[in-house]
Amino acid sequence: MSETAADLIIDDLPQPVLPQRFLAWFGARGWRPRRHQVEVLHAIRDGEHVLLSAPTGGGKTLAGFLPSLVDLADGGGGKLHTLYVSPLKALTTDIERNLSLPVAEIDLPIRVETRNGDTPQAKRQRQQRNPPDLLLITPEQLALMLSYREADRYFRHLKHIVIDELHSLTAHKRGDLLALGLARLASIAPAARRIGLSATVADPDALGALVGLGEPARLVLGEPGPRADIKVLSSETRVPWSGHLARHTMAEVYDALRRHNTTLVFVNTRAQAEIVFQELWRRNDDNLAIALHHGSLAPEQRRKVEAAMVRGDLRAVVCTSTLDLGIDWGDVDLVIQIGAPKGLSRLVQRIGRANHRLDEPSAALLVPANRFEVLECQAAAAAVMDGELDGEAERAGALDVLAQHLLGRACSAPFDMTQVYDEIRRAPPYAALTWEDFEATLDFVATGGYALRRYERYHRLSKDENGLWTVANQRVARQYRLNVGTIVEAPMIRVKLGRGRELGKIEEWFIEQLKIGDTFVFAGEVLRFEGLRDMVAVVSRATGADPSVPSYYGGKFPLSTYLAARVRDMLADEARQKDLPWQVKDWLKLQRWRSVLPGRDDLLVETFPRGGRFYTIAYPFEGRLAHQTLGMLLTRRMDRAGLRPLGFVASEYALAVWSLRPIREKAVNRLFEEDMLGDDLEAWLNESNLMKRTFRNVAVIAGLIDRRHPGEEKTGRQVTFSSDLIYDVLRQYQGDHILLRATYADAAAGLIDVARVAAMLQRIQGRITFQALDRVSPLAVPLMLEIGREAVPSDANEAMLAEAAEALIDEATRLI
Amino acid sequence: MLAIADLHFEKGSAYAERGALLPPYDTAATVAALAAAVTRLKPATVICLGDSFHDSNARARLDGRDADAIRTLSHDREWLWVIGNHDPEPPADLGGEIVHTLKLGPLTFRHAPMAEAGPGEVAGHLHPKAAVKVKGRRFVRRCFAANESRVVLPAFGAYTGGLDVLDEAFSPLFAGGLEAHMLGRDKVHRFPGDMLVRI
Repeated sequence: MSETAADLIIDDLPQPVLPQRFLAWFGARGWRPRRHQVEVLHAIRDGEHVLLSAPTGGGKTLAGFLPSLVDLADGGGGKLHTLYVSPLKALTTDIERNLSLPVAEIDLPIRVETRNGDTPQAKRQRQQRNPPDLLLITPEQLALMLSYREADRYFRHLKHIVIDELHSLTAHKRGDLLALGLARLASIAPAARRIGLSATVADPDALGALVGLGEPARLVLGEPGPRADIKVLSSETRVPWSGHLARHTMAEVYDALRRHNTTLVFVNTRAQAEIVFQELWRRNDDNLAIALHHGSLAPEQRRKVEAAMVRGDLRAVVCTSTLDLGIDWGDVDLVIQIGAPKGLSRLVQRIGRANHRLDEPSAALLVPANRFEVLECQAAAAAVMDGELDGEAERAGALDVLAQHLLGRACSAPFDMTQVYDEIRRAPPYAALTWEDFEATLDFVATGGYALRRYERYHRLSKDENGLWTVANQRVARQYRLNVGTIVEAPMIRVKLGRGRELGKIEEWFIEQLKIGDTFVFAGEVLRFEGLRDMVAVVSRATGADPSVPSYYGGKFPLSTYLAARVRDMLADEARQKDLPWQVKDWLKLQRWRSVLPGRDDLLVETFPRGGRFYTIAYPFEGRLAHQTLGMLLTRRMDRAGLRPLGFVASEYALAVWSLRPIREKAVNRLFEEDMLGDDLEAWLNESNLMKRTFRNVAVIAGLIDRRHPGEEKTGRQVTFSSDLIYDVLRQYQGDHILLRATYADAAAGLIDVARVAAMLQRIQGRITFQALDRVSPLAVPLMLEIGREAVPSDANEAMLAEAAEALIDEATRLI
Repeated sequence: MLAIADLHFEKGSAYAERGALLPPYDTAATVAALAAAVTRLKPATVICLGDSFHDSNARARLDGRDADAIRTLSHDREWLWVIGNHDPEPPADLGGEIVHTLKLGPLTFRHAPMAEAGPGEVAGHLHPKAAVKVKGRRFVRRCFAANESRVVLPAFGAYTGGLDVLDEAFSPLFAGGLEAHMLGRDKVHRFPGDMLVRI
């Protein structure tokens, strides 16, 4: 907190709400309470809920806790007074440390404790018997605690609930679980006031609804900091046509690190982080302390990097979204984003990690990896300067999460069905939940929800004599507590250096493709794969510089709808292109000469022959997922029209399909008609492996099959079962089962982005610009370069398998 | 003649007894697949190579319609339940005849394969499964594990998982190597053991 910001003082606000000893403490530190801190105090005093939006470094966390500290200044009553929920375990520990300062210096009789998966059993039991005044936890821990029999008694006296980084806890299943937990707390402790904290608020109404749960929430805004100073790197070297690694910029990035005290280098994927880290060290003639931080590294390793950062020992950290949120470290003076930012809210959040002094602007450098990314970075920088944000699309709460919640609810205490239905609908994601869906979900939890009613005697829930739903036995409750949470990770394998230390975890599919002797980059080193022993990948340090197995696969985040529109705007309007680097300007000029540039609201479709095939390129700018879905549907439709499609490839910006016969201008409108999303979509989905993968997650979250806990694979204590087999049987015998509906909803929203394809198709009806070219256009080149790197459509599975077997037979017969 | 292995009827309900309420349609799905094979191939004899019922309580949990369907199948042709050492005996009211091993010409049918068995052994028990990589993609399928003297059949049951043929359980049986005949959608694809990858 800076002194200058404290000058924005609160003289015009009525009634001092801070006791003298608090004001004295502020004064002793050379601070004065901020306007938003006081406003939060006022709102809480008036019995309101609060949504506080303030930039990072604005004393936001203190604002969230001040009402509790003031209320507890004369001692608590040995009851839980305030619950703080944060998306990150690390953040709860950090807050505990930060709170100890005012608590000690104002001499407040307040006990602050954290509780998470690592909390020792003895401490948990003590916390249960003798609650602290302030308890700091994660959403999963809240769900778990709400499932205890004493939950009611434990939370009944709650006065305040503080929810940190609220924007990161919406629009996904983790947010659904939290919303249900908050609704439950609202029933247990109706008087408790909620304070939501958020740095970026794209949609105040949506976040306000989550804080208010049906009651109004007052929006309090912190003073905005100075505008961030954002530059897009205009590389002196040649800007590549495609690729995501930005290797060509590394000398310039390294130079930027040298000229700043501490830099956070954000990338979009773990593999990118590894490669950028390698490239920077290769150039590190000045021996700058550069570290690496991503989610697959061993936790101790990550903690070490964070601690070094806090001490100010590091010049730069290359990191993924693991550092998007979390611990404040004051001295970051530059944030670099390598690769396109994909969404504005994430970009603003990342830029906000720099310079936690409110009076100085955050400095950010965007580093595009290819020509399209130059456009995206320029559009993003302009949008952030305009103060724009992109919100998450609204979605209905997931039914598998609801199932988990209902089971937890029954573990805690018998419940009345109608009451719980009303309680659940206070959670915004479930506001529109129908009674039928609620009933079907409860039926699933109780007996499996099968049309063939064979499991009545194995039920997990039953109705007691008072008509209340209760858990059938304690085994069910134990099982629930082992499976709580909504994060189902891809199977991970531990990576160990010889017999020594663990470097972290890596996805099973990646290890599977390695042969002994292959080298790859992980944890910032080139490693040699020595083999798989007891489910541990054993590696040694490799001597060669270049790894033999690259692991890069696509960008993880889809291009946001809002940013996509800004990129289209830029292409449609030459005046907006004046700040682009000359190479990119030339590229666009060439495109205008050979074809046309896509317009603001239309869809450019180009066709050209090449190598005996006909290529069709469409430029919707709707993100890779939506383009992949469009590609699947379009090739099905082309197949029916006799155009003999052979394959397709999708990028964030465009889609290329190749076929034996060309698409003609008069047929193109028919091909892109909106009804594409009907039967074609359903037929494709039913065949795709994507649904099976999604079903596995749904089945785990809903509690149909158990979560795999690391190290337990071999003990055989749990029910492990191939979810693929269950999916096949269930689809065949009860296609409308609630878990299949939940699976479809998941896939449609997350993996195939149906809503976005639908919106795009609607937008472009009657607005297709068709260009029949005699050869490839400049805009199509980046996509053409991706062909061959992509997997073929899943329909080809059987054919590929047969082909492989036949190729073998051919080879054998030729040898004879 | 049709030989199939490891039907594991009522595996789903066995899990339900332990608290995992899996869809209770596995027996119906398995019987339907079996009935389809019988209709297509019209065998005079069907040999079920053991582990036909998941456990000794399976009969009690069997749905009436599923029981009728099994009875219809076993009634209309010669039906042999081969059983292994620890195998629950198939219920008497479902028809068929119980045998331990069955010798038919050069072939010996038994539930669990034996390393020391002579040529011509046809067995189940191990639920073989194999994986190959084709153009960077991995395919994992149930398979027949075979060499010139024996074959281990894939499990037929809807809820039966599989064991990688590269697992050491297979090595004493196939000392000189094996071939995996992997189940495709419409046909079986043959791959030699050295082309397989671990599951």
